[in-house]
Amino acid sequence: MALSLAIEGLDAGYGAVKALRGVALHVEAGETVALLGTNGNGKSTLMKCIMGLVRPDRGRLSLTIDGQVHDLTKLSPEMIVDLGVALVPEGRRLFPKLTVTENLMLGAFRKLARGAIRQNLALAFETFPALKERRNQLAGTMSGGQQQMLAIARALMSSPRLLLIDEPSVGLSPLLVSQTIAKIGELKERVGLTVLMAEQNFNQAIRIADRGYIIVHGEIAVAAQSVDELKANDIVKRLYLGGVA
Amino acid sequence: MTKHRNSIAFWAGVAIFLVAVLSMTQIVRNEYPFFAGYVILQFIALAVAWSILGGYAGYVNFGTNAFFGVGVYTAVALFKATGAPLVVQIAAAAAVGMTLGFGVGLLTLRMRGIFFSIATIALAIIIETFVMNWRFVGGAAGIQLQRPPVMAPFDSYVKMLFFVQAVLVVIAVGIARYIQNSRIGRGLQALRDDELAAECTGVPTLKLKLVACMISGALMSAVGAPAAMYLQYADPSSAFNLTYSVSALAMSLIGGTAHWIGPVLGAILLGSTQQFLAVTISSEINVLVLGIMLVLFVVAAPKGIIGLLRPRYRLRAGGKP
Repeated sequence: MALSLAIEGLDAGYGAVKALRGVALHVEAGETVALLGTNGNGKSTLMKCIMGLVRPDRGRLSLTIDGQVHDLTKLSPEMIVDLGVALVPEGRRLFPKLTVTENLMLGAFRKLARGAIRQNLALAFETFPALKERRNQLAGTMSGGQQQMLAIARALMSSPRLLLIDEPSVGLSPLLVSQTIAKIGELKERVGLTVLMAEQNFNQAIRIADRGYIIVHGEIAVAAQSVDELKANDIVKRLYLGGVA
Repeated sequence: MTKHRNSIAFWAGVAIFLVAVLSMTQIVRNEYPFFAGYVILQFIALAVAWSILGGYAGYVNFGTNAFFGVGVYTAVALFKATGAPLVVQIAAAAAVGMTLGFGVGLLTLRMRGIFFSIATIALAIIIETFVMNWRFVGGAAGIQLQRPPVMAPFDSYVKMLFFVQAVLVVIAVGIARYIQNSRIGRGLQALRDDELAAECTGVPTLKLKLVACMISGALMSAVGAPAAMYLQYADPSSAFNLTYSVSALAMSLIGGTAHWIGPVLGAILLGSTQQFLAVTISSEINVLVLGIMLVLFVVAAPKGIIGLLRPRYRLRAGGKP
Protein backbone atom coordinates (compact mmCIF):
# COMPACT_ATOMS: atom_id res chain seq x y z
CA MET A 1 0.00 0.00 0.00
CA ALA A 2 2.36 2.62 -1.19
CA LEU A 3 1.07 6.10 -1.47
CA SER A 4 2.90 9.34 -2.01
CA LEU A 5 2.06 12.91 -2.80
CA ALA A 6 4.37 15.07 -4.87
CA ILE A 7 3.93 18.76 -5.59
CA GLU A 8 6.22 20.71 -7.90
CA GLY A 9 6.30 24.32 -9.00
CA LEU A 10 2.77 24.99 -7.83
CA ASP A 11 1.32 28.47 -8.42
CA ALA A 12 -2.19 29.25 -7.27
CA GLY A 13 -4.23 32.27 -6.38
CA TYR A 14 -7.53 34.06 -6.39
CA GLY A 15 -7.81 36.38 -9.38
CA ALA A 16 -4.93 38.81 -9.25
CA VAL A 17 -3.84 37.71 -5.79
CA LYS A 18 -1.13 35.05 -5.81
CA ALA A 19 -1.39 32.80 -2.78
CA LEU A 20 1.21 30.19 -3.74
CA ARG A 21 4.41 30.59 -5.75
CA GLY A 22 6.51 27.70 -6.94
CA VAL A 23 5.60 25.41 -4.07
CA ALA A 24 7.39 22.06 -4.01
CA LEU A 25 6.52 19.49 -1.38
CA HIS A 26 6.32 15.74 -1.01
CA VAL A 27 4.76 13.36 1.44
CA GLU A 28 5.73 9.69 1.55
CA ALA A 29 3.67 6.75 2.79
CA GLY A 30 3.30 6.57 6.56
CA GLU A 31 4.81 9.97 7.21
CA THR A 32 3.38 12.79 9.26
CA VAL A 33 4.42 16.02 7.64
CA ALA A 34 3.82 19.41 9.20
CA LEU A 35 3.16 22.46 7.06
CA LEU A 36 3.99 25.38 9.26
CA GLY A 37 3.26 29.01 8.75
CA THR A 38 1.35 31.88 10.25
CA ASN A 39 -2.00 33.16 8.96
CA GLY A 40 -2.25 34.24 5.36
CA ASN A 41 0.80 32.46 4.05
CA GLY A 42 -1.06 30.01 1.83
CA LYS A 43 -1.41 26.87 3.96
CA SER A 44 -5.15 26.55 3.39
CA THR A 45 -4.84 27.33 -0.31
CA LEU A 46 -2.33 24.52 -0.66
CA MET A 47 -4.67 22.12 1.16
CA LYS A 48 -7.54 23.17 -1.11
CA CYS A 49 -5.39 22.67 -4.20
CA ILE A 50 -4.58 19.11 -3.17
CA MET A 51 -8.30 18.46 -2.59
CA GLY A 52 -9.29 19.93 -5.97
CA LEU A 53 -11.26 22.76 -4.37
CA VAL A 54 -8.93 25.40 -5.82
CA ARG A 55 -7.41 24.92 -9.26
CA PRO A 56 -3.72 25.82 -9.47
CA ASP A 57 -2.54 28.15 -12.24
CA ARG A 58 0.63 26.18 -12.84
CA GLY A 59 2.59 23.23 -11.54
CA ARG A 60 2.27 19.55 -10.83
CA LEU A 61 0.18 17.87 -8.18
CA SER A 62 0.39 14.12 -8.33
CA LEU A 63 -0.66 11.29 -6.09
CA THR A 64 1.02 7.96 -6.62
CA ILE A 65 -0.86 4.90 -5.39
CA ASP A 66 0.80 1.51 -5.80
CA GLY A 67 2.89 2.76 -8.67
CA GLN A 68 0.01 4.43 -10.47
CA VAL A 69 0.27 8.18 -10.87
CA HIS A 70 -2.87 10.33 -10.63
CA ASP A 71 -2.78 13.97 -11.74
CA LEU A 72 -4.85 15.73 -9.07
CA THR A 73 -5.12 18.96 -11.06
CA LYS A 74 -7.44 17.17 -13.49
CA LEU A 75 -9.72 15.50 -10.94
CA SER A 76 -12.83 16.77 -9.19
CA PRO A 77 -12.95 16.83 -5.36
CA GLU A 78 -15.22 13.77 -5.24
CA MET A 79 -12.81 11.78 -7.41
CA ILE A 80 -9.95 12.80 -5.14
CA VAL A 81 -11.98 11.57 -2.15
CA ASP A 82 -12.39 8.26 -4.00
CA LEU A 83 -8.60 8.00 -4.34
CA GLY A 84 -8.34 7.99 -0.55
CA VAL A 85 -7.64 11.62 0.27
CA ALA A 86 -9.69 13.41 2.93
CA LEU A 87 -9.50 16.98 4.19
CA VAL A 88 -10.43 18.17 7.65
CA PRO A 89 -11.14 21.78 6.70
CA GLU A 90 -10.05 24.80 8.67
CA GLY A 91 -12.68 25.88 11.15
CA ARG A 92 -14.11 22.35 11.16
CA ARG A 93 -17.05 23.11 8.81
CA LEU A 94 -19.48 20.63 10.31
CA PHE A 95 -23.15 20.48 9.42
CA PRO A 96 -24.35 22.17 12.61
CA LYS A 97 -28.02 21.29 12.26
CA LEU A 98 -27.35 17.59 11.76
CA THR A 99 -26.58 15.13 14.53
CA VAL A 100 -23.18 13.63 15.18
CA THR A 101 -24.18 10.39 13.46
CA GLU A 102 -25.67 12.20 10.46
CA ASN A 103 -22.46 14.19 10.08
CA LEU A 104 -20.47 10.97 10.11
CA MET A 105 -22.80 9.38 7.57
CA LEU A 106 -22.24 12.29 5.19
CA GLY A 107 -18.53 11.59 5.50
CA ALA A 108 -19.28 8.26 3.83
CA PHE A 109 -21.17 9.80 0.92
CA ARG A 110 -19.10 8.14 -1.77
CA LYS A 111 -20.02 4.72 -3.04
CA LEU A 112 -16.59 3.34 -2.17
CA ALA A 113 -16.92 4.58 1.40
CA ARG A 114 -20.39 3.16 1.95
CA GLY A 115 -19.08 -0.39 1.82
CA ALA A 116 -16.97 0.17 4.92
CA ILE A 117 -19.48 2.26 6.82
CA ARG A 118 -19.79 -0.13 9.78
CA GLN A 119 -16.08 -0.55 10.41
CA ASN A 120 -15.43 3.17 9.98
CA LEU A 121 -18.25 4.15 12.33
CA ALA A 122 -16.96 1.70 14.92
CA LEU A 123 -13.43 3.07 14.50
CA ALA A 124 -14.67 6.65 14.87
CA PHE A 125 -16.59 5.88 18.06
CA GLU A 126 -13.75 3.82 19.46
CA THR A 127 -11.21 6.56 18.83
CA PHE A 128 -13.50 9.32 20.06
CA PRO A 129 -15.72 7.87 22.82
CA ALA A 130 -17.18 11.31 23.52
CA LEU A 131 -18.80 11.23 20.08
CA LYS A 132 -20.47 7.92 20.80
CA GLU A 133 -22.09 9.34 23.93
CA ARG A 134 -23.28 12.31 21.92
CA ARG A 135 -24.20 10.57 18.70
CA ASN A 136 -27.73 12.00 18.65
CA GLN A 137 -26.70 15.51 19.64
CA LEU A 138 -26.73 18.30 17.03
CA ALA A 139 -23.16 18.98 15.96
CA GLY A 140 -23.54 22.75 16.37
CA THR A 141 -24.33 22.41 20.07
CA MET A 142 -21.06 20.70 21.00
CA SER A 143 -17.93 22.31 22.39
CA GLY A 144 -15.10 23.37 20.09
CA GLY A 145 -12.95 20.41 21.06
CA GLN A 146 -15.72 17.90 20.42
CA GLN A 147 -16.47 19.55 17.10
CA GLN A 148 -12.83 19.18 16.06
CA MET A 149 -12.98 15.50 17.01
CA LEU A 150 -16.12 15.11 14.91
CA ALA A 151 -14.50 16.88 11.96
CA ILE A 152 -11.61 14.41 12.07
CA ALA A 153 -13.95 11.46 12.55
CA ARG A 154 -16.06 12.58 9.59
CA ALA A 155 -12.96 12.65 7.39
CA LEU A 156 -12.13 9.10 8.52
CA MET A 157 -15.51 7.89 7.28
CA SER A 158 -14.28 7.93 3.68
CA SER A 159 -11.50 5.40 4.53
CA PRO A 160 -8.72 7.83 3.65
CA ARG A 161 -5.09 6.84 3.26
CA LEU A 162 -3.86 10.41 3.07
CA LEU A 163 -5.40 12.70 5.66
CA LEU A 164 -5.06 16.45 5.21
CA ILE A 165 -5.71 18.43 8.37
CA ASP A 166 -5.98 22.19 8.16
CA GLU A 167 -5.23 23.97 11.44
CA PRO A 168 -6.68 21.56 13.98
CA SER A 169 -5.71 23.92 16.80
CA VAL A 170 -7.76 26.89 15.66
CA GLY A 171 -10.05 28.21 18.38
CA LEU A 172 -9.14 25.57 20.93
CA SER A 173 -7.70 25.98 24.42
CA PRO A 174 -4.06 24.86 24.90
CA LEU A 175 -5.17 21.69 26.70
CA LEU A 176 -7.57 20.75 23.90
CA VAL A 177 -4.94 21.49 21.26
CA SER A 178 -2.65 19.09 23.00
CA GLN A 179 -5.37 16.42 23.19
CA THR A 180 -6.32 16.86 19.54
CA ILE A 181 -2.73 16.54 18.38
CA ALA A 182 -2.28 13.43 20.53
CA LYS A 183 -5.42 11.91 18.98
CA ILE A 184 -4.11 12.53 15.48
CA GLY A 185 -0.87 10.79 16.42
CA GLU A 186 -2.81 7.88 17.93
CA LEU A 187 -5.03 7.54 14.84
CA LYS A 188 -2.06 7.55 12.56
CA GLU A 189 -0.55 4.58 14.39
CA ARG A 190 -3.82 2.74 14.46
CA VAL A 191 -4.97 3.10 10.86
CA GLY A 192 -1.62 3.52 9.17
CA LEU A 193 -2.50 6.94 7.84
CA THR A 194 -0.26 9.30 6.01
CA VAL A 195 -0.82 12.80 7.37
CA LEU A 196 -0.19 16.29 6.06
CA MET A 197 -1.05 18.80 8.73
CA ALA A 198 -1.12 22.57 8.35
CA GLU A 199 -0.57 24.25 11.66
CA GLN A 200 0.47 27.52 13.27
CA ASN A 201 1.30 26.01 16.61
CA PHE A 202 4.90 24.92 16.08
CA ASN A 203 5.51 23.22 19.42
CA GLN A 204 2.35 21.14 19.21
CA ALA A 205 2.80 20.17 15.57
CA ILE A 206 6.35 18.86 16.01
CA ARG A 207 5.18 16.48 18.74
CA ILE A 208 3.80 14.12 16.09
CA ALA A 209 5.54 15.30 12.92
CA ASP A 210 8.36 13.39 11.27
CA ARG A 211 9.49 16.44 9.35
CA GLY A 212 8.11 19.71 8.17
CA TYR A 213 7.98 22.63 5.82
CA ILE A 214 7.69 26.30 6.59
CA ILE A 215 5.69 28.40 4.20
CA VAL A 216 6.21 32.16 4.11
CA HIS A 217 4.28 34.46 1.76
CA GLY A 218 3.23 31.57 -0.45
CA GLU A 219 6.70 30.12 -0.85
CA ILE A 220 8.36 27.22 0.88
CA ALA A 221 11.04 28.92 2.98
CA VAL A 222 12.32 25.84 4.78
CA ALA A 223 12.13 22.16 3.90
CA ALA A 224 13.51 20.26 6.88
CA GLN A 225 14.32 16.56 6.85
CA SER A 226 13.70 16.10 10.55
CA VAL A 227 12.18 17.78 13.55
CA ASP A 228 15.62 18.53 14.94
CA GLU A 229 16.60 20.24 11.73
CA LEU A 230 13.43 22.32 12.01
CA LYS A 231 14.20 23.34 15.56
CA ALA A 232 17.69 24.35 14.61
CA ASN A 233 16.58 26.51 11.70
CA ASP A 234 17.10 30.24 11.94
CA ILE A 235 13.74 31.14 10.45
CA VAL A 236 12.00 28.90 12.93
CA LYS A 237 13.93 30.47 15.79
CA ARG A 238 12.94 33.90 14.61
CA LEU A 239 9.28 33.14 13.83
CA TYR A 240 8.33 30.66 16.50
CA LEU A 241 10.82 30.19 19.24
CA GLY A 242 11.46 33.82 20.08
CA GLY A 243 15.19 33.40 19.48
CA VAL A 244 17.34 36.23 18.18
CA ALA A 245 18.35 35.51 14.65
CA MET B 1 -39.98 -0.96 8.21
CA THR B 2 -41.49 2.44 8.96
CA LYS B 3 -40.08 3.71 5.70
CA HIS B 4 -41.89 0.94 3.88
CA ARG B 5 -45.13 1.69 5.72
CA ASN B 6 -44.71 5.40 4.94
CA SER B 7 -44.44 4.54 1.27
CA ILE B 8 -47.63 2.49 1.33
CA ALA B 9 -49.47 5.33 3.09
CA PHE B 10 -48.10 7.83 0.59
CA TRP B 11 -49.13 5.90 -2.53
CA ALA B 12 -52.51 5.09 -1.00
CA GLY B 13 -52.97 8.82 -0.43
CA VAL B 14 -51.99 9.50 -4.04
CA ALA B 15 -54.49 6.91 -5.30
CA ILE B 16 -57.29 8.37 -3.17
CA PHE B 17 -56.43 11.88 -4.39
CA LEU B 18 -56.52 10.87 -8.07
CA VAL B 19 -59.76 8.90 -7.68
CA ALA B 20 -61.34 11.86 -5.85
CA VAL B 21 -60.24 14.25 -8.61
CA LEU B 22 -61.52 11.94 -11.32
CA SER B 23 -64.89 11.37 -9.67
CA MET B 24 -65.23 15.10 -9.08
CA THR B 25 -64.88 15.68 -12.83
CA GLN B 26 -67.64 13.11 -13.44
CA ILE B 27 -70.08 14.31 -10.78
CA VAL B 28 -69.78 18.08 -10.51
CA ARG B 29 -71.64 19.89 -13.29
CA ASN B 30 -70.55 23.47 -12.69
CA GLU B 31 -67.28 24.30 -14.47
CA TYR B 32 -66.15 27.06 -12.16
CA PRO B 33 -64.60 24.85 -9.43
CA PHE B 34 -62.40 23.30 -12.10
CA PHE B 35 -61.34 26.68 -13.43
CA ALA B 36 -60.28 27.77 -9.95
CA GLY B 37 -58.95 24.37 -8.90
CA TYR B 38 -56.74 24.16 -11.98
CA VAL B 39 -54.91 27.30 -10.92
CA ILE B 40 -54.40 26.02 -7.38
CA LEU B 41 -53.08 22.67 -8.66
CA GLN B 42 -50.80 24.49 -11.06
CA PHE B 43 -49.29 26.46 -8.19
CA ILE B 44 -48.88 23.35 -6.03
CA ALA B 45 -46.90 21.67 -8.80
CA LEU B 46 -44.86 24.83 -9.46
CA ALA B 47 -44.03 25.33 -5.77
CA VAL B 48 -43.00 21.69 -5.33
CA ALA B 49 -40.87 21.86 -8.47
CA TRP B 50 -39.26 25.10 -7.30
CA SER B 51 -38.39 23.68 -3.91
CA ILE B 52 -36.29 20.86 -5.41
CA LEU B 53 -33.57 23.39 -6.23
CA GLY B 54 -34.67 26.36 -4.11
CA GLY B 55 -35.51 24.42 -0.98
CA TYR B 56 -33.38 21.29 -0.82
CA ALA B 57 -30.28 22.87 -2.33
CA GLY B 58 -30.93 26.45 -1.14
CA TYR B 59 -30.33 27.91 -4.59
CA VAL B 60 -33.06 30.54 -4.97
CA ASN B 61 -34.33 30.48 -8.53
CA PHE B 62 -36.16 33.61 -9.70
CA GLY B 63 -36.62 32.13 -13.15
CA THR B 64 -39.76 30.06 -12.53
CA ASN B 65 -41.52 32.28 -15.07
CA ALA B 66 -38.85 31.50 -17.66
CA PHE B 67 -39.41 27.75 -17.31
CA PHE B 68 -43.18 28.16 -17.12
CA GLY B 69 -43.25 30.35 -20.23
CA VAL B 70 -40.99 27.97 -22.11
CA GLY B 71 -43.47 25.23 -21.27
CA VAL B 72 -46.38 27.33 -22.55
CA TYR B 73 -44.65 28.18 -25.81
CA THR B 74 -43.30 24.70 -26.43
CA ALA B 75 -46.90 23.50 -26.28
CA VAL B 76 -48.14 26.37 -28.47
CA ALA B 77 -45.47 25.87 -31.14
CA LEU B 78 -45.91 22.12 -31.19
CA PHE B 79 -49.70 22.37 -31.33
CA LYS B 80 -49.64 24.91 -34.12
CA ALA B 81 -47.07 23.01 -36.16
CA THR B 82 -48.33 19.45 -35.76
CA GLY B 83 -51.55 19.52 -33.72
CA ALA B 84 -49.89 17.17 -31.24
CA PRO B 85 -52.10 15.92 -28.40
CA LEU B 86 -51.83 17.36 -24.91
CA VAL B 87 -49.73 14.53 -23.47
CA VAL B 88 -47.15 15.00 -26.21
CA GLN B 89 -47.13 18.76 -25.62
CA ILE B 90 -46.45 18.22 -21.92
CA ALA B 91 -43.72 15.66 -22.54
CA ALA B 92 -42.05 17.94 -25.07
CA ALA B 93 -42.26 20.88 -22.65
CA ALA B 94 -40.62 18.76 -19.94
CA ALA B 95 -37.81 17.80 -22.31
CA VAL B 96 -37.23 21.41 -23.34
CA GLY B 97 -37.40 22.53 -19.68
CA MET B 98 -34.85 19.91 -18.72
CA THR B 99 -32.50 20.99 -21.50
CA LEU B 100 -32.91 24.61 -20.47
CA GLY B 101 -32.26 23.63 -16.84
CA PHE B 102 -29.07 21.87 -17.90
CA GLY B 103 -27.84 24.84 -19.93
CA VAL B 104 -28.69 27.41 -17.31
CA GLY B 105 -27.30 25.22 -14.56
CA LEU B 106 -24.03 24.69 -16.34
CA LEU B 107 -23.62 28.44 -16.86
CA THR B 108 -24.82 29.69 -13.48
CA LEU B 109 -24.57 27.04 -10.80
CA ARG B 110 -20.89 27.67 -10.29
CA MET B 111 -21.99 31.02 -8.90
CA ARG B 112 -23.07 30.89 -5.32
CA GLY B 113 -26.12 32.31 -3.58
CA ILE B 114 -27.30 35.68 -4.75
CA PHE B 115 -25.36 35.61 -8.05
CA PHE B 116 -27.27 32.57 -9.17
CA SER B 117 -30.58 34.29 -8.34
CA ILE B 118 -29.69 37.38 -10.37
CA ALA B 119 -28.70 35.24 -13.34
CA THR B 120 -32.07 33.48 -13.28
CA ILE B 121 -33.96 36.79 -13.41
CA ALA B 122 -32.07 37.68 -16.58
CA LEU B 123 -33.01 34.34 -18.11
CA ALA B 124 -36.75 35.09 -18.21
CA ILE B 125 -36.17 38.47 -19.80
CA ILE B 126 -33.96 37.02 -22.53
CA ILE B 127 -36.40 34.26 -23.46
CA GLU B 128 -39.42 36.55 -23.30
CA THR B 129 -37.74 38.95 -25.71
CA PHE B 130 -37.00 36.06 -28.03
CA VAL B 131 -40.62 34.85 -28.00
CA MET B 132 -41.94 38.39 -28.53
CA ASN B 133 -40.10 38.44 -31.84
CA TRP B 134 -41.11 34.99 -32.94
CA ARG B 135 -43.87 35.50 -35.52
CA PHE B 136 -44.86 31.84 -35.77
CA VAL B 137 -46.27 31.82 -32.24
CA GLY B 138 -47.89 35.24 -32.51
CA GLY B 139 -45.08 37.49 -31.27
CA ALA B 140 -45.91 40.19 -28.76
CA ALA B 141 -49.59 40.22 -29.74
CA GLY B 142 -50.16 36.67 -28.58
CA ILE B 143 -51.98 33.82 -30.24
CA GLN B 144 -55.52 32.40 -30.11
CA LEU B 145 -55.85 28.64 -29.87
CA GLN B 146 -58.76 26.41 -30.78
CA ARG B 147 -59.10 23.50 -28.33
CA PRO B 148 -59.38 20.09 -29.95
CA PRO B 149 -62.41 17.96 -29.02
CA VAL B 150 -62.35 16.65 -25.47
CA MET B 151 -61.54 13.02 -24.77
CA ALA B 152 -63.68 10.54 -22.84
CA PRO B 153 -64.41 10.14 -19.95
CA PHE B 154 -64.43 13.94 -19.64
CA ASP B 155 -67.32 16.10 -20.82
CA SER B 156 -65.42 19.39 -20.82
CA TYR B 157 -61.89 20.41 -21.69
CA VAL B 158 -61.39 22.33 -18.43
CA LYS B 159 -62.31 19.26 -16.40
CA MET B 160 -59.79 17.25 -18.36
CA LEU B 161 -57.10 19.89 -17.80
CA PHE B 162 -57.96 19.84 -14.11
CA PHE B 163 -57.32 16.12 -14.01
CA VAL B 164 -54.12 16.45 -16.06
CA GLN B 165 -52.79 19.10 -13.68
CA ALA B 166 -53.64 16.83 -10.73
CA VAL B 167 -51.51 14.11 -12.35
CA LEU B 168 -48.68 16.63 -12.76
CA VAL B 169 -48.97 17.46 -9.06
CA VAL B 170 -48.65 13.77 -8.23
CA ILE B 171 -45.59 13.44 -10.49
CA ALA B 172 -43.95 16.52 -8.97
CA VAL B 173 -44.65 15.41 -5.40
CA GLY B 174 -43.53 11.85 -6.15
CA ILE B 175 -40.22 13.07 -7.56
CA ALA B 176 -39.66 15.59 -4.76
CA ARG B 177 -40.39 12.94 -2.15
CA TYR B 178 -38.05 10.49 -3.81
CA ILE B 179 -35.25 13.05 -3.96
CA GLN B 180 -35.78 14.07 -0.36
CA ASN B 181 -35.35 10.50 0.88
CA SER B 182 -32.49 9.63 -1.44
CA ARG B 183 -28.77 10.23 -1.43
CA ILE B 184 -29.33 13.09 -3.86
CA GLY B 185 -31.46 14.79 -1.20
CA ARG B 186 -28.88 14.28 1.53
CA GLY B 187 -26.18 15.63 -0.74
CA LEU B 188 -28.28 18.69 -1.63
CA GLN B 189 -29.03 19.33 2.01
CA ALA B 190 -25.33 19.06 2.84
CA LEU B 191 -24.33 21.54 0.15
CA ARG B 192 -27.08 23.91 1.26
CA ASP B 193 -25.73 23.88 4.82
CA ASP B 194 -22.06 24.20 3.83
CA GLU B 195 -20.93 23.78 0.26
CA LEU B 196 -17.23 23.56 1.06
CA ALA B 197 -17.78 20.94 3.74
CA ALA B 198 -19.95 18.97 1.32
CA GLU B 199 -17.18 19.03 -1.28
CA CYS B 200 -14.65 17.85 1.31
CA THR B 201 -16.77 14.81 2.12
CA GLY B 202 -16.97 13.92 -1.56
CA VAL B 203 -20.45 15.18 -2.37
CA PRO B 204 -20.38 15.87 -6.14
CA THR B 205 -21.89 19.33 -5.63
CA LEU B 206 -21.95 20.60 -9.20
CA LYS B 207 -23.45 17.36 -10.50
CA LEU B 208 -26.18 17.32 -7.85
CA LYS B 209 -27.05 20.98 -8.41
CA LEU B 210 -27.29 20.32 -12.14
CA VAL B 211 -29.55 17.32 -11.61
CA ALA B 212 -31.77 19.35 -9.27
CA CYS B 213 -31.91 22.23 -11.75
CA MET B 214 -32.82 19.91 -14.63
CA ILE B 215 -35.57 18.10 -12.73
CA SER B 216 -36.95 21.33 -11.30
CA GLY B 217 -36.88 22.96 -14.76
CA ALA B 218 -38.52 19.98 -16.48
CA LEU B 219 -41.37 19.98 -13.98
CA MET B 220 -41.94 23.74 -14.19
CA SER B 221 -42.11 23.62 -17.98
CA ALA B 222 -44.43 20.60 -17.90
CA VAL B 223 -46.75 22.48 -15.54
CA GLY B 224 -46.78 25.44 -17.94
CA ALA B 225 -47.61 23.35 -21.02
CA PRO B 226 -51.41 23.00 -20.47
CA ALA B 227 -51.80 26.70 -19.66
CA ALA B 228 -52.27 27.71 -23.30
CA MET B 229 -55.14 25.26 -23.73
CA TYR B 230 -56.59 26.37 -20.43
CA LEU B 231 -56.77 30.01 -21.53
CA GLN B 232 -57.19 29.20 -25.28
CA TYR B 233 -54.71 32.01 -25.68
CA ALA B 234 -51.06 32.73 -25.03
CA ASP B 235 -49.04 35.92 -24.97
CA PRO B 236 -45.46 36.50 -23.84
CA SER B 237 -46.13 38.97 -21.03
CA SER B 238 -48.58 36.63 -19.28
CA ALA B 239 -46.66 33.43 -19.98
CA PHE B 240 -43.42 34.95 -18.65
CA ASN B 241 -45.10 36.91 -15.86
CA LEU B 242 -42.88 37.45 -12.83
CA THR B 243 -45.86 36.51 -10.63
CA TYR B 244 -45.10 32.85 -11.26
CA SER B 245 -41.62 33.26 -9.81
CA VAL B 246 -42.77 35.26 -6.83
CA SER B 247 -45.68 32.91 -6.11
CA ALA B 248 -43.64 29.70 -6.37
CA LEU B 249 -41.03 31.17 -4.06
CA ALA B 250 -43.52 32.62 -1.57
CA MET B 251 -45.61 29.45 -1.44
CA SER B 252 -42.54 27.31 -0.79
CA LEU B 253 -41.24 29.60 1.93
CA ILE B 254 -44.63 29.94 3.57
CA GLY B 255 -45.10 26.20 3.58
CA GLY B 256 -41.51 25.41 4.53
CA THR B 257 -38.84 23.88 2.35
CA ALA B 258 -37.45 21.07 4.48
CA HIS B 259 -40.14 18.58 3.43
CA TRP B 260 -42.12 18.17 0.20
CA ILE B 261 -45.39 18.73 2.04
CA GLY B 262 -44.31 22.33 2.81
CA PRO B 263 -44.72 23.76 -0.71
CA VAL B 264 -47.96 21.77 -1.08
CA LEU B 265 -49.45 23.33 2.04
CA GLY B 266 -48.14 26.78 1.14
CA ALA B 267 -49.60 26.61 -2.35
CA ILE B 268 -52.97 25.37 -1.11
CA LEU B 269 -53.15 28.13 1.50
CA LEU B 270 -51.98 30.95 -0.74
CA GLY B 271 -53.54 29.66 -3.95
CA SER B 272 -57.02 29.22 -2.50
CA THR B 273 -56.88 32.54 -0.67
CA GLN B 274 -56.01 34.22 -3.96
CA GLN B 275 -58.80 32.44 -5.82
CA PHE B 276 -61.27 33.39 -3.10
CA LEU B 277 -60.21 37.03 -3.16
CA ALA B 278 -60.26 37.16 -6.96
CA VAL B 279 -63.95 36.26 -6.86
CA THR B 280 -65.03 38.27 -3.83
CA ILE B 281 -62.91 41.42 -4.20
CA SER B 282 -60.56 41.63 -7.16
CA SER B 283 -57.65 39.74 -8.64
CA GLU B 284 -55.59 42.90 -8.30
CA ILE B 285 -55.40 42.29 -4.56
CA ASN B 286 -53.55 38.96 -4.99
CA VAL B 287 -50.07 40.42 -4.99
CA LEU B 288 -50.88 42.42 -1.87
CA VAL B 289 -52.10 39.31 -0.05
CA LEU B 290 -49.03 37.39 -1.12
CA GLY B 291 -46.79 40.15 0.21
CA ILE B 292 -48.60 40.42 3.54
CA MET B 293 -48.58 36.66 4.08
CA LEU B 294 -44.90 36.43 3.26
CA VAL B 295 -44.08 39.19 5.75
CA LEU B 296 -46.23 37.55 8.44
CA PHE B 297 -44.58 34.20 7.95
CA VAL B 298 -41.04 35.53 7.81
CA VAL B 299 -41.65 37.28 11.14
CA ALA B 300 -43.80 34.73 12.96
CA ALA B 301 -42.80 31.40 11.40
CA PRO B 302 -39.52 31.66 9.50
CA LYS B 303 -39.47 27.90 8.87
CA GLY B 304 -42.93 27.94 7.35
CA ILE B 305 -46.01 25.92 8.19
CA ILE B 306 -44.09 22.68 8.66
CA GLY B 307 -41.75 24.49 11.04
CA LEU B 308 -44.80 25.15 13.22
CA LEU B 309 -46.01 21.58 12.94
CA ARG B 310 -42.77 19.67 13.45
CA PRO B 311 -40.12 21.09 15.78
CA ARG B 312 -37.50 18.79 14.25
CA TYR B 313 -37.88 20.53 10.90
CA ARG B 314 -37.58 23.88 12.58
CA LEU B 315 -34.00 22.98 13.30
CA ARG B 316 -33.42 21.35 9.94
CA ALA B 317 -35.02 23.88 7.71
CA GLY B 318 -32.42 26.54 8.49
CA GLY B 319 -29.94 27.77 5.97
CA LYS B 320 -30.64 30.26 3.29
CA PRO B 321 -34.30 31.13 2.79
